[in-house]
Amino acid sequence: MAMLLGKKVGMTQVYNESGSLVPVTVIQAGPCVVMQIKTGDSDGYDAVQLGFEDVKASRRKMPQVGSAKKAQTVPKRFVREMRLGDGEASDYKPGDSITVSVFSDGGMVDVIGTSKGKGYAGVMKRHGFGGFPASHGTERKHRAPGSIASYASNAGHGAGPKKGKRMAGRMGGRLVTGKNHELLSIDEDRNLLVVKGSVAGPAGGYCIVRSAKKR
Amino acid sequence: MKTEILDAVESKNLKENMPHFEIGDVVDVHCRIQEGDKTRTQIFNGTVIARSGRGINETFTVRRIVGQEGVERIFPLHSPNVLDIKAVRSGRTRRAKLYYLRERTGKSVRLAQRHSDHTVKN
Repeated sequence: MAMLLGKKVGMTQVYNESGSLVPVTVIQAGPCVVMQIKTGDSDGYDAVQLGFEDVKASRRKMPQVGSAKKAQTVPKRFVREMRLGDGEASDYKPGDSITVSVFSDGGMVDVIGTSKGKGYAGVMKRHGFGGFPASHGTERKHRAPGSIASYASNAGHGAGPKKGKRMAGRMGGRLVTGKNHELLSIDEDRNLLVVKGSVAGPAGGYCIVRSAKKR
Repeated sequence: MKTEILDAVESKNLKENMPHFEIGDVVDVHCRIQEGDKTRTQIFNGTVIARSGRGINETFTVRRIVGQEGVERIFPLHSPNVLDIKAVRSGRTRRAKLYYLRERTGKSVRLAQRHSDHTVKN
């Protein structure tokens, strides 16, 4: 299990061996500092806490500043934990630096990012509903969800629509895990990971890169 | 900063020794063609009528007439499948995009020859 915190730089394209153009996302990952080691004895679970990107101490709250001081480093902007499995011991110590070298070329990674917020979105955009015809007598209902339940239907009755009925609402701005992205190249000098496909979130958004869980 | 990093990633895929050719040139494009497990080189000959895009997305359009019918192919400049581009003859042009050639047939398709050093046969 390897994990790094990073920042999405943006997307571009590269050629593969067969000469086809592959869409890639460039992620600036690490170097991350180990902020804290959590163990079953002291915290109830095993984890390694990582921090990414320095920030002025005056911009963080005192507990964060203190926690950073313990690891003999400066406060970080983005701090997340890497959970360790049962009996999986880590040889990291607080203050250690982790770089992209924890990953290997050609491996598979999962990338977790916060997707772009879309605001309050209708069902067509949010759930891909079909909507209604543009003409043929349709009035004021072009993007409506249609029936959500009736007195006697499998969509729900009596107590109202079934729970989990897909409706309009807030869209985006949540954590999205992109699984099994091919890791095309690693640049150790610039701390870059080049990952196949798109990654959730805007360019400049923080993301978590970890070795693929299901493979 | 952002574009600098992206350019650096792209630049590994850019061709270093790009043969020089201009709009209006008649070129031989040597392209690699995969047939089953065999590869061979095919030459597409025609007039360069446009060049567009930048960086890894740069492409050029080659037009030729094959038996009364105009054929255009758009090649990615930096594709590994485009092995070589040889300028055979240079043509005199006054614009960067020669889309007006699409409306022409017969003798009027030809551009006046311009003698330039960059072509293979001057």
